Amino acid sequence: MGKTIAEKIFDAHLVDRPAGDIHVIRMDAVFCHEITTPVAINDLVSRGKDRVFDPDKIKAVIDHVTPAKDSKTALQGKILRDWARRHQIKDFFDIGQNGVCHALFPEKGFVRPGYTVIMGDSHTCTHGAFGAFAAGVGTTDLEVGILKGVCAFHYPVTMKIEVKGRLPQGVFAKDVILAVIGTIGVNGATNKVIEFCGEVVDRMTMEERMTLCNMAVEAGATCGICKPDMTTVDYLWPFIQDEFADKTTAMNAYEVFCPDADAEYDAVIEQDVSDLKPMTTFGYKPDNVKPVAEMKGTKIDQVYIGSCTNGRIEDLRIAAAVLQDQQIAPTVRGIVSPATPQIYAQALGEGLLKVFMDAGFCVTNPTCGACLGMSNGVLAEGEVCAATTNRNFNGRMGKGGIVHLVSPATAAASAIAGHIDNSKLFKG
Amino acid sequence: MKNFSGKVLFLDRSDINTDEIIPAKYLTEISKEALKPYLLEDLKMEEFTPGKDIAGKAVVVTRANFGCGSSREHAPWALEVNGINLVIGESFARIFRQNMFNCGMMAVELPAETIDQLFTRYAGGQTTIETDLQKGLFRVSDGETTTQIPFEISEFDRALVDAGGWVGFADKKY
Repeated sequence: MGKTIAEKIFDAHLVDRPAGDIHVIRMDAVFCHEITTPVAINDLVSRGKDRVFDPDKIKAVIDHVTPAKDSKTALQGKILRDWARRHQIKDFFDIGQNGVCHALFPEKGFVRPGYTVIMGDSHTCTHGAFGAFAAGVGTTDLEVGILKGVCAFHYPVTMKIEVKGRLPQGVFAKDVILAVIGTIGVNGATNKVIEFCGEVVDRMTMEERMTLCNMAVEAGATCGICKPDMTTVDYLWPFIQDEFADKTTAMNAYEVFCPDADAEYDAVIEQDVSDLKPMTTFGYKPDNVKPVAEMKGTKIDQVYIGSCTNGRIEDLRIAAAVLQDQQIAPTVRGIVSPATPQIYAQALGEGLLKVFMDAGFCVTNPTCGACLGMSNGVLAEGEVCAATTNRNFNGRMGKGGIVHLVSPATAAASAIAGHIDNSKLFKG
Repeated sequence: MKNFSGKVLFLDRSDINTDEIIPAKYLTEISKEALKPYLLEDLKMEEFTPGKDIAGKAVVVTRANFGCGSSREHAPWALEVNGINLVIGESFARIFRQNMFNCGMMAVELPAETIDQLFTRYAGGQTTIETDLQKGLFRVSDGETTTQIPFEISEFDRALVDAGGWVGFADKKY
């Protein structure tokens, strides 16, 4: 019987089967940030086990609240920084080099096909875009990962989502994943891995695949995975060119992590996107989705473009193209947060930041900040934000605030309109 | 081993996420105890007053997909420092469920019909649940009637409960 991508990765990393179908697997990378790691560090210290399994396989970043906003966040940063220094973790990213983890670490080439990755962050599923098994975990799993380089999971059950057709103009990866979540629900993939495939995924860039996999957890999935292909190899080439003679050789090596034709899936879902419209959320769950056109006229106070979902260079290009020679509505506060310093510099070089600023946007440093209501754009009670982020939970961007999840194009168009709208962009 | 018996807090809603259990603005705390006053602060549910309704409770009974969203272990910790080590529900989000057992706490799934019966029969009253881990039995009582409900947890989950969590287990073994 054939195997899915996740099954192949698990079989290649098995350390132990302590009971039932529990697989303790070896980690190729353990990612850390300053919100969920300090408690693990303090616990290791208090247990007299202040060690790391391999400093080269641990990558750390201060990203959620940076620069620190108060004494507490300064302390969280300090605990992570001091720990990274005393364990010679060379891939530690602080002020000036730091950015949103799930945008920064792929950009550094830290994720490869067939890898296993954990992080104390639910959106770790983003890295599955590279054909890796990447799962968000809690602080205790992270702590054991740091100390032992292993993590326990049930053997993966995989759901295949085949995205067919051709995306209409003005409809993006964000709209696809919102539609998928709307179809299967916030509990639709719980305890499962989602394998995204099909012609639309094959044509997607790595950034688009990351947007897709990023929100797999909003349907409950352990991980979203795309099979490695030449797009993956092209993206990774600067980091792997010393390992392989040429790109074809690299692809042949990664081929072992492609699913077998006779792999068994728990469910197969086909999503034809040829007639898909730009989507948005309403209410407080990511599966409360409807076409933007049906929400037209919903007044907004803020537009936020950024986050691990949609804060990458392609997202900024799309939003800037909409904002070119335009002004955002005087009642709207526009905030754009390039997800990493590299993206920031690129956007600066391409003149995108000027477009945002001329349109009336504020450009912030790279940080997770506003997405989870921790800094840099928290909403007041009753305020409404159109955001390119991933969660519309009650209070997510600030107590009493309301979030509508949209694509960068819809966010930019809505900023101009002053309400949720992209009728000028999308003639569906 | 932690305590798994006591008064019950009924939360009659599905998809209660970890932002509702403990809002992100409190993630700047690095001690578990500091989370105590903020448990379920942003819970979107009618007729729920966090402080008053949580006081003295030791068990949560809820619906489907409890703990979805963020991976924050602050959610189990906020429950734990409020004396709640057991959540019984129709289903749980993967990370939350794992976090509970990783902390030596329990997230126990019961069939939807059983959960329904618990809500119908016991919600609103002074209900207690006594957990018999050896027999795999919950004794639910409101002082008048008692219902015995069998439950199962896996061998691995039981090992984590016995070890007081995953760090203790993994450190011995790997």
